[in-house]
Amino acid sequence: MTAVEIAAAVRSGQRSARSVVDEHLDVIADGDADIHAFNLVAAAQAQARADEIDGAVAAGNDPGPLAGVPVALKDNLCTRGLATTCSSRILEGWVPPYNATVVEQLQNAGAVVVGKTNMDEFAMGSSTENSAFGPTRNPRDTSRVPGGSSGGSAAAVAAGFAPVALGSDTGGSIRQPAALCGVVGVKPTYGLVSRYGLVAFASSLDQIGPFTTTVADAAAVLDVIGGPDARDSTSISQPQPPVSHTLADGVDGLRVGVLAELSGNGIASDVAARLQAAVGALESAGARVAEASVPAAVYGLSAYYLIAPAEASSNLARYDGVRYGLRVDGSSTPDMNTATRSAGFGDEVKRRIMIGTYALSAGYYDAYYGKAQKVRTLIINDFASVWEQFDLLVSPTSPTTAFSLGERTADPMAMYMSDVCTVPVNLTGQAAMSVPYGVGDDGLPVGVQIMAPALGEPVMFRAAAVLEASL
Amino acid sequence: MRPHPGNVGHAATPARETDNWGGTIRFGMGQQRITRAECAHVAALARLELTDEELDRFTGQLDELLDHVAEVEALDLEALPPTMHALPIANLLRPDTPGEVLDRDEVMAQAPFAEDGQFRVPPVLGEAP
Repeated sequence: MTAVEIAAAVRSGQRSARSVVDEHLDVIADGDADIHAFNLVAAAQAQARADEIDGAVAAGNDPGPLAGVPVALKDNLCTRGLATTCSSRILEGWVPPYNATVVEQLQNAGAVVVGKTNMDEFAMGSSTENSAFGPTRNPRDTSRVPGGSSGGSAAAVAAGFAPVALGSDTGGSIRQPAALCGVVGVKPTYGLVSRYGLVAFASSLDQIGPFTTTVADAAAVLDVIGGPDARDSTSISQPQPPVSHTLADGVDGLRVGVLAELSGNGIASDVAARLQAAVGALESAGARVAEASVPAAVYGLSAYYLIAPAEASSNLARYDGVRYGLRVDGSSTPDMNTATRSAGFGDEVKRRIMIGTYALSAGYYDAYYGKAQKVRTLIINDFASVWEQFDLLVSPTSPTTAFSLGERTADPMAMYMSDVCTVPVNLTGQAAMSVPYGVGDDGLPVGVQIMAPALGEPVMFRAAAVLEASL
Repeated sequence: MRPHPGNVGHAATPARETDNWGGTIRFGMGQQRITRAECAHVAALARLELTDEELDRFTGQLDELLDHVAEVEALDLEALPPTMHALPIANLLRPDTPGEVLDRDEVMAQAPFAEDGQFRVPPVLGEAP
């Protein structure tokens, strides 16, 4: 059952939330030993919450638009009373004293949190192999990675452990695993969804979004989690129109650009073929399709791998062994800080902290960080020109289908290249999503990325619905 | 095959500057961009202690990344302002009235070492208390 179907059944009393939750907990118990989507399954808490929802229905109250829908949360979303680790030793055992805004919104809408999902440590990675608790496997082929960094959330939805999961997307961490696992994944416009309670990686790029099996489910979740939040000073202060109301409006007359710089060089031929099929489907539905060019998009990866580590090196300075998480003793506070951080962070996190510290350090700031911020302006300007001619852009979400576990772990640059199609949109703050569109030569899922200007979610979802219906 | 974002080559324009640790920023293909000593200094700034093996490995990996990002050297960016934040969002202000606060005991319960409602740390200035 989809999330929309579950909510309708629970609200009308046809199905109990408890039976829905128990059914999903059974699937998790049977399957997660092979997949390792979850860092923590909150079975008792989920059952208690489901009983509350059933009580509300019995009393004639409406529990909300996501009544009884099991939801898995990436383990960088703070959950009061439930351990939140970011898949890092440095936060192992930490129990947040507050909920992320999105967690409160989901709970107020009747959703039931079933657990916290595995991820690349502090969301740094593209395969979920950088977890202190071991990798997640792709449910479509357990010899392959699920993508990352929200690989546990993507895998949980693909495996049927939950119809909805939330992830975070700093450079593609929702869209790329969604593509590799064959599910829908959305990176909303920066500022549309509150980041309060999302453990910060790169604050000017991070955004929370949903994983689902259908476009309509993603719309229903986005309508719940989008909106202003006084606790996030970067949240957009005007409420936005719901995306689910216009899902069926089609793409007739829309101008769709195939983003040349992200769709040609370096894209596997079977992935490119699926993009062509998607373009054909949009044309058949009445869209006017042409090639679009954002020349500066090719510099996205370079700008991203300076800006994101720079922000991360600052954000992760807070893990010092003083207020929460791990502490490794030292004879002085600086020694304790160093011992704690050296023992608590994994390789990729150390690498990114070092890149960022270097890029921000005296003598290098202008050459690296300053330049990257100007490249960011260049990319934003190039996209602005393209939006004068197009309503939407499309590209592959990932250059390849899911790669094998271990294939890229020894070569960080090869791993970073996994993000080449997704990072430009984080730099610009625009909306984007990945929609599954068939399989490649290896039988593994291929995702098509749809990009829209800032707050273009309603139009973006219309195109996603057309693609979904054309399969 | 490793996917590449485009057919843009690395900048070939050599430019030399002295960094603040007496080293040299080396631009151009095939030259080392960060030395092992510079890498060790960066680790110290970031309060990380690396083993010899980590230092060797990270130096090579950081060098490869810096070599890749040097492609932006070829761009003329002088006239462009930097972007810190993608969208034109000004600081949001809320009424300056007390709201909900975190539960102090719940917060302090998460500290590795706490005493009398305060975080306890080893000596900061090198003298035992």
